[in-house]
Amino acid sequence: MSAAPEQPLKNEADSNKAAPNQGNAIALNDVNYHYADANSSGLHIPTWKVNYGDRVFLHGHSGSGKTTLLNLLAGVLTPQSGELSLLGKPFSALSARQRDKFRAQHIGVVFQQFNLIPYLSVLKNIELATYFAKAGKTNVADAAEALLTGLNLPATILQQPANALSVGQQQRVAIARALINKPEILLVDEPTSALDAAARDAFMTILIDMCKQHNTTLIFVSHDMYLKKFFETSVEMSSLKGSSLIQPAETK
Amino acid sequence: MLVSLAWSSLGSRRKSVVLTFLSLLISISVLLSVEHIRQQAKESFNRTISDVDLIVGAPSGQLNLLLYSVFRMGSPTSNIKYESYEALQESQLVDWAIPISLGDSHRGFRVMGTNDNYFQHFKFGNKQALSFQNGQAFASLFEAVIGADVAKGLGYKVGDSVVISHGIGNTSFTNHDNTPFTITGILAATGTPVDKTVHVSLNAIEAIHLSASKQNQLLNDAASVNTTPDSVTAVMLGLTSKFATFKLQRDINNYKTDRLMAILPGVALTELWQMMGTVENLLRVISILVLISSLFGLSTMLLASMQQRKNEIAVLRVLGAGPRVIFTLVLVEALILVLLAIVAAIVLLSVTLTLSSDWLASQYGLFLSANLLTVETLKVVSVITLAAIVTSAIPAFEAYKNALHSSLSAR
Repeated sequence: MSAAPEQPLKNEADSNKAAPNQGNAIALNDVNYHYADANSSGLHIPTWKVNYGDRVFLHGHSGSGKTTLLNLLAGVLTPQSGELSLLGKPFSALSARQRDKFRAQHIGVVFQQFNLIPYLSVLKNIELATYFAKAGKTNVADAAEALLTGLNLPATILQQPANALSVGQQQRVAIARALINKPEILLVDEPTSALDAAARDAFMTILIDMCKQHNTTLIFVSHDMYLKKFFETSVEMSSLKGSSLIQPAETK
Repeated sequence: MLVSLAWSSLGSRRKSVVLTFLSLLISISVLLSVEHIRQQAKESFNRTISDVDLIVGAPSGQLNLLLYSVFRMGSPTSNIKYESYEALQESQLVDWAIPISLGDSHRGFRVMGTNDNYFQHFKFGNKQALSFQNGQAFASLFEAVIGADVAKGLGYKVGDSVVISHGIGNTSFTNHDNTPFTITGILAATGTPVDKTVHVSLNAIEAIHLSASKQNQLLNDAASVNTTPDSVTAVMLGLTSKFATFKLQRDINNYKTDRLMAILPGVALTELWQMMGTVENLLRVISILVLISSLFGLSTMLLASMQQRKNEIAVLRVLGAGPRVIFTLVLVEALILVLLAIVAAIVLLSVTLTLSSDWLASQYGLFLSANLLTVETLKVVSVITLAAIVTSAIPAFEAYKNALHSSLSAR
């Protein structure tokens, strides 16, 4: 029972009173997930809501269930009980196929590393995202080039194979790919762990800028408290789970 | 998109992919060639002779008689008397009789002595008669008619002269140099051993085997020497009524004045085919086993790649690819490889068959078509493809499971 010591979110009360699945980019209600093997602890989140356009820093020590939560949000895992709604849709009630399609169209994901398929060119990697989203083939190359320029990458890398790029470049390409379908939600998992300090700061600034520009709801998972300064909202894992209190977030 | 993704994925594992491709290419080539040669050999054997009701020769095995009289393979054990041929010719039951006399050769091609009946009555394929591409049948003693392959292979034209060697080797110590033959006709191609044969008259065969002094006498005055043959190697018979076949066969086998044996070419061909059937089935089984083992090689290659592809699968999953898409992706990779191997095998075999057709025909009497695009090949190809799908379902299912359990933490 590690009750959240943080202050309550300012608008938290009214967002709770609104229709539970309307108006929030992400809404969790009594979500339960436990792994098949009994050793790993499960995850229980009584309630959690994120507004459209919010950029949330989700932190916690390792093993606190950050990645599990991210997997639930991405629809790679499904909760055993409870409701998980994304963009007003009951995500957890969709079929696996519908979830895959929903993810392709509305959710961008950036991992810690290995975001790109190494033997494909940068452009092909980005095109894959549009292919699975079944977005009409409106000039992907141009859109990708615009995104890459915004991410301070030269357009010439489009034709290079992904494994020819530096790790920092790969991570930025991963953002470009995550944003190509203009997703409403961007899930990011420790993207800077392989970067040095300078590259990390540059990466963070660009990431936040891109999300502002596209009004993307960002869930950023990390254990690195240094990164907290880039976010308006930060949430500690332990405050989300266990406690039935609904005061999970703090504002800076 | 999936195909291009699969193609790039194969390209990223070039070494193991190329090795797998080669193993598939070899096994598919073996299977296709066994099937093709089986089909073609049967067809080519069955088209060598048509409309002949009985073949009569000296008693030996019926296969032996068939092989040397029809396929010009092996050597006759002994001859039959010329009088026996005349007796058969005069029989009520016999419509026509073609005498043949073997034992000599011209630069590797067999020389066969016969008479006009051969050009009139011999049939091959689907009762097709022989026809001349150029010139006509021999009329006088030292004239010859050659098959299409002889003309093509040695570049002979009508009017050229040839020397016949004793025996059947490619090189012979005894050449019948004194008695050159003039080519009077070239037969149209038949796709049978006829194409590989030099035809002369029975009398000519007799004449070239005369002693040198008699030959000189003959060359000075043709009428002074009797060149009526003593014996022939075999006789092919066409009967007036098919119902008489068995009666005549029995009569010939019990012929008093000469030791004769009559065989039914159809029956002998079937026996020949049954004998080869065992070998053929054995070859088939072996080639199928080779194919299966290389298909397992393919799925082993794909399975082994699964570990290193976990990240790749996680990425695809996150982009919205369902487990089924991942399953299909692996299957597409396998199919690309197998289909490429099939195409390459067909090209390889066609080229090989085209290049070796002359050699196969002269060495084994096999007339193989280089055209592999038959219904039979299509059947074999679909079976191979189906088998490939079944075996590569193993790694594809592994990828499917992988995709189901892949999560963002896959590192």
